[in-house]
Amino acid sequence: MTRSRVLPYLLIGPATVFLVLLFVVPLVQTIALAFTDNGEASLTNFRKMVGDLNFGLSISNTFLLVLAVIPLQLCLALTMAMMVQKLDKGRDLVLWIMIIPLGISDLAAGLVWLTILQDRGYFNTVLNMLGLIDGPVNWLSYESPVSLFVGVMLAEIWRATAIVVVILISGLQLIPKEYSEAAEVFGASSWTRFRKITLPLLKPSIQSALILRTVLAFEVFAVVYALSGRNFPVLVGEAYAWQHVNQNNGVAAAYAILVMVISLAATLVYIRTLRTPPEMQS
Amino acid sequence: MAGITIDRIEKKFGAVTALQQLSLKVEDGEFIALLGPSGCGKTTLLRIIAGLESQTSGRVLIGERDVSALPPRQRGLAMVFQNYAVFPHMTVYENVAFGLRMKGASDAEVKKQVERAAGLLHIEPYLERYPAKLSGGQRQRVAVARALAVEPAVLLMDEPLSNLDALLRLEMRSELKAVLASSGTTTVYVTHDQTEAMGLADRIAVMHKGVIEQIDRPQALYERPATRFVGGFVGSPPMNFIDLPVADGTARLGGFSSPVPLRNGTVTAGIRAEDIDVAEDGGLPFDVGVCEPLGATLLLTGRIDGQLARVSVRPDSRVRPGDRLGLTPNAGRIVWIDPADGKAMGAAA
Ligand SMILES: Nc1ncnc2c1ncn2[C@@H]1O[C@H](COP(=O)(O)OP(=O)(O)OP(=O)(O)O)[C@@H](O)[C@H]1O
Ligand SMILES: [Mg+2]
Repeated sequence: MTRSRVLPYLLIGPATVFLVLLFVVPLVQTIALAFTDNGEASLTNFRKMVGDLNFGLSISNTFLLVLAVIPLQLCLALTMAMMVQKLDKGRDLVLWIMIIPLGISDLAAGLVWLTILQDRGYFNTVLNMLGLIDGPVNWLSYESPVSLFVGVMLAEIWRATAIVVVILISGLQLIPKEYSEAAEVFGASSWTRFRKITLPLLKPSIQSALILRTVLAFEVFAVVYALSGRNFPVLVGEAYAWQHVNQNNGVAAAYAILVMVISLAATLVYIRTLRTPPEMQS
Repeated sequence: MAGITIDRIEKKFGAVTALQQLSLKVEDGEFIALLGPSGCGKTTLLRIIAGLESQTSGRVLIGERDVSALPPRQRGLAMVFQNYAVFPHMTVYENVAFGLRMKGASDAEVKKQVERAAGLLHIEPYLERYPAKLSGGQRQRVAVARALAVEPAVLLMDEPLSNLDALLRLEMRSELKAVLASSGTTTVYVTHDQTEAMGLADRIAVMHKGVIEQIDRPQALYERPATRFVGGFVGSPPMNFIDLPVADGTARLGGFSSPVPLRNGTVTAGIRAEDIDVAEDGGLPFDVGVCEPLGATLLLTGRIDGQLARVSVRPDSRVRPGDRLGLTPNAGRIVWIDPADGKAMGAAA
């Protein structure tokens, strides 16, 4: 009895030690950095952060991006996963092609879209050939926030949907096809089967994918930086700027804490709202 | 009007032929049992009727309608799956209600039907539970209740009672039979349990390696098997098969002789264990090996001329292993089988 209670803790011990050394220690240091000023406890760093011109903008930009990208990405990934699941032949090939963006770093992904969307990029060339524009249009300038936003969104979706697809496909493969078949025999249309059978049974995978994607989306930086520099301020971009441009690592740490708190909150929301009680699992 | 016509259905899985040109006609309201050993194609046939599997060739008609190309939900049937397929994320109540909800039944109607079906299968105490908290047998009953709740015209059941204990199975069997008979539901019932098939079905189709060997009423099947396989598969203990030498149209072994529909050579006599008179000597010489008291009868296993045979005698018979007895089969009930193709021959010439 006691032994079987202790055993799980023993087994998880090494991983915990590892996490404490490489995660908790830096975390504590960051917190200390953020909440001190010249060696004394203070909220100066946070005051500076909030008082900065870019602060409100970076918050709203980051949240807007998350709110626009994540739902779209989820729908897209669900559609793609369902289609891949239906394929008989060439399934692996399609899967390979779909996950290529996964192998590309986010900075490289940003650069790819930069070559497409910049003044003399492919997009303008095509528009020019079709006679839709006369000269080069600057889609990524801070004077055209909408197209800049759409550009960043496209790059983010292109780059990071594949991981969601992969998680959802592995989830779909765990659902025995008999459930959907039974529903079909009892008169459910394919849309009803998707809504009433596949989606609820896929909930644990959707939850994992959403947590992973949302946390990463709040940390968006390199793609944005490649496309717009600081024309489109986001939270992690500001942390970077304070650290390396303003040489103020206290405020940078404050930003880091803020991003962490937001990510944790989002994770908690997902864990709460997308909970699958044990008795409802297959 | 919902008879089922299966017209020369063939099904190949790659190189494997699961069903070979199989035809079957189920009358409206009839209860047919598909009986056969594991892997003979029972589930495949059921899935093709349901539309879950596409046939390689052939047609399926339900009523007068050719449903060969229709998706399952347009075929108007209900099915109990071999592995239940009870939805894990719905309560038992919602599982049983599923088909009715898909038909857009009112809440009152759903409640009424769910309660009726749950009552039949004794699952009322579990209605608010989730399937993960049920035993295999309880889940199986949920699957049956889900199918009965929609009061289908055609019901397909794939070993629906396989996971119940013997007593409950017997009870469910008779309840199913009564319910389906009174509702006039056309039923195809897959099983590999021959007593279940005999007890439930109007007719039994015995399947073997993707073909129907014989289809007939249970008693006729038992008494006049068309092939050696059917005789061996239906009935417990299985039919005895004794090879006898034939000369001039008469089979002879020990003190036994009988006219057979064959001039010369060898014939296989299919004899049921209970269709045999036992005497001290005369007839077929039988060396007793094992005696098993089964309650109602005493089952003797032994050898006739080196060939395995089983004989049922009265439970109070004083027979011991090692005894030699003389068997006289009831002449009218012997099935003569051609050993070359395993098929029953016509009546004695
Ligand atoms: N999806 C499939 N792919 C390939 N072969 C299959 C498939 N489904 C069934 N088979 C083969 O078809 C044959 C018939 O299978 P089926 O499931 O119909 O048997 P069954 O009579 O229902 O057996 P059991 O009593 O064990 O359920 C088997 O040889 C099986 O291996
Ligand atoms: Mg089967």
